[in-house]
Amino acid sequence: MIYNFFYNLFGSEIIAGFISAALPLLIFILPFALIAVLLERKVAGHMQDRLGPMRVGYHGILQTIADIIKLLQKEDIIARENDKLLFNIAPILVFAGSYAAFAAIPFTSAYIGANIDLGIFYIIAVTGLVVAGILMAGWASNNKYSLLGAMRSAAQIVSYEIPTILVVLTLVMFTGTTNLMTLSENQTALFWNWNIFGGPELSLAKFLLIPFMIIAFLIIYISTLAEVNRTPFDIPEAESELVSGYHTEYSGMKFAMFFLAEYANMFAVSAIVSALFFGGYHSPFGYLGNTLDIQWLIPVEQFFWFTFKGVFFVFVQMWLRWTLPRLRVDQLMTASWKYLIPIAFVNLLIVGIITLI
Amino acid sequence: MSVRTEEMVLNMGPQHPSTHGVLRLELTLEGEIVTKVVPHIGYLHRCFEKHCEAMTYQQVVPYTDRMDYLAAMGNELGYAIAVEKLLNIQVPERVEYIRVIMAELQRIASHLVAIGTYGADIGAFTPFLYCFRDREKILHLFEITCGARLLYNYIWPGGLSHDLHPDFVRLTREFIKEFRPNLVELNNLLTYNRIFIDRTANVGILPVETAINFGITGPMLRGSGMKWDLRKDDPYSVYHKFDFEIPVGEGKMGTVGDSWDRYFVRVREMEESLKIIEQALDQLPEGDVTSAIPKRIKPPVGQVYARIENPRGELGYFLISDGSTSPFRVKVRAPSFVNLQIMDELCRGHMVADVVAILGSVDIVLGEVDR
Repeated sequence: MIYNFFYNLFGSEIIAGFISAALPLLIFILPFALIAVLLERKVAGHMQDRLGPMRVGYHGILQTIADIIKLLQKEDIIARENDKLLFNIAPILVFAGSYAAFAAIPFTSAYIGANIDLGIFYIIAVTGLVVAGILMAGWASNNKYSLLGAMRSAAQIVSYEIPTILVVLTLVMFTGTTNLMTLSENQTALFWNWNIFGGPELSLAKFLLIPFMIIAFLIIYISTLAEVNRTPFDIPEAESELVSGYHTEYSGMKFAMFFLAEYANMFAVSAIVSALFFGGYHSPFGYLGNTLDIQWLIPVEQFFWFTFKGVFFVFVQMWLRWTLPRLRVDQLMTASWKYLIPIAFVNLLIVGIITLI
Repeated sequence: MSVRTEEMVLNMGPQHPSTHGVLRLELTLEGEIVTKVVPHIGYLHRCFEKHCEAMTYQQVVPYTDRMDYLAAMGNELGYAIAVEKLLNIQVPERVEYIRVIMAELQRIASHLVAIGTYGADIGAFTPFLYCFRDREKILHLFEITCGARLLYNYIWPGGLSHDLHPDFVRLTREFIKEFRPNLVELNNLLTYNRIFIDRTANVGILPVETAINFGITGPMLRGSGMKWDLRKDDPYSVYHKFDFEIPVGEGKMGTVGDSWDRYFVRVREMEESLKIIEQALDQLPEGDVTSAIPKRIKPPVGQVYARIENPRGELGYFLISDGSTSPFRVKVRAPSFVNLQIMDELCRGHMVADVVAILGSVDIVLGEVDR
């Protein structure tokens, strides 16, 4: 629909495809990041017996907008010893990585930025850009704290991609598709058809799968926490050790780009988890649009449910952040290599065997 | 082919979120492993000791507040005891009891900051605010007593500046009642958290012999398993009248003398302080708190050393009097300063993240280190 509109407007497939993939997402991500930052501060406040921001607007709802305006006004500091080119590219690359991931995420049955058959692997590949961006930022800052943070971050993201991929493989094996759209579509109708409850097919295998699916979900959730640098894995930006890690030297809008990327990433991984395990955009209780026989209502409902699931997992990430302390670098590696990867691997085998039966 | 490798020198501080003030630690790193730590101090030096020589004995009191600003009541108490020893005067019972109550409330407040910031160092930010919420109630008690929240100028040589507020006893009892469940909550949230234990147990192990050789005192020494508390071993004021335990490190989660032990000693000391306060409130005698304050302090020629158990360890005042109205020499044995020396010993072979965990468990106040 959106594609056709731009195709008629520009008469070029490439431009139309590009705009229809990029524009709606940008319209979604920017307000989402604004709301998520506010949500984070409010959640933190209430968890800590405080109120959080209260001054700008009713209960501080305009606080992030005020912050953005402040960041826009700030001086863009580039120290003399910085590698200017890399220093400037890094935040863009980090944001591009997390932004590009959104393209393959199905928001409703009516809209997906780019319906790629290898969707889930595209996302894993493209988020790899974030690592490059972080390394660049750390190196170009010419600051020891930034360098340490960047090194830690690269090591961490690379290690935790492996359990993530193993779990994704489990799902791919089970459902037989790597297209996120198809993956979501398969988990249609009510909530017991979700993959975490063993998928839509009613058989003995479904009940056998449930515990292993839950394990798979826990593994991927923990790994994605590490991939987006959230507590208890926020070691790259561990403020009490490394000041703020790879973005110590950044100020103004470049800092805001990192910030934006972080919140976009949080939603992206939550959306992937809900698409893989929790029925994607499907409503858990059937659609009001079907009951009332209003067809256009269904995508709206689907969008609502998808955002709801995504925001719920984002909320859990915040909840963890304000509850748990931080692991140490070596403990983090231990957790991945000694526990998550073997468990994910065994889980992969078991799910494979059950699927075959 | 051999690659030339270099050790990295990392300056931690003086502007760093977890050096607890303006401390600069010069870390020599081999990758992430620390091979050497050199603390650089003096960024907050205010010539306290020299300055005292130009002031009368009474005028020194507000300056003692500014050393260990998280335990100002303790500083005043130590100084007051030293001057009283020099003058050889007795203070009324009520004064002693109020001093003990204040010192113990201050100990709780100080340990709350130590524990809260320690949690924040490890990455748990929420317990920090829970601790500050409770500390706020103690500061309120101080505020209704003497009008100040941080630097009190309350305990004077010979007495106190004011008597207690009429509501003080009731409010303190209320605080104790509210605080006990909060302490349980803190333990559930932080002390027995698996990640917190992983980060602190077996990190920065301090054997008791090393601790004694370095002159370590306070919760650090007790964390190493040594039962040494001046309130019991060299009682001052009226501490001999109260019944309380001295918690020591037991190596419950790792080895005796690790960071977790030091942390946990502080948590348990707060419980003991609550006991002392309750007993003191029950026995609080009547009397005039200002009657024994000398109008003019002019001690005889001589010298005196008085020491008390401050939240951070043994706080000692060495005063020399030349018979005039101002001290000839004031020397302070500051526990933070002495305890800080151990950093290099504790940090070697650990990682950068552990340096933060160890420094937090040493619990220093830079105002006292530099004076």
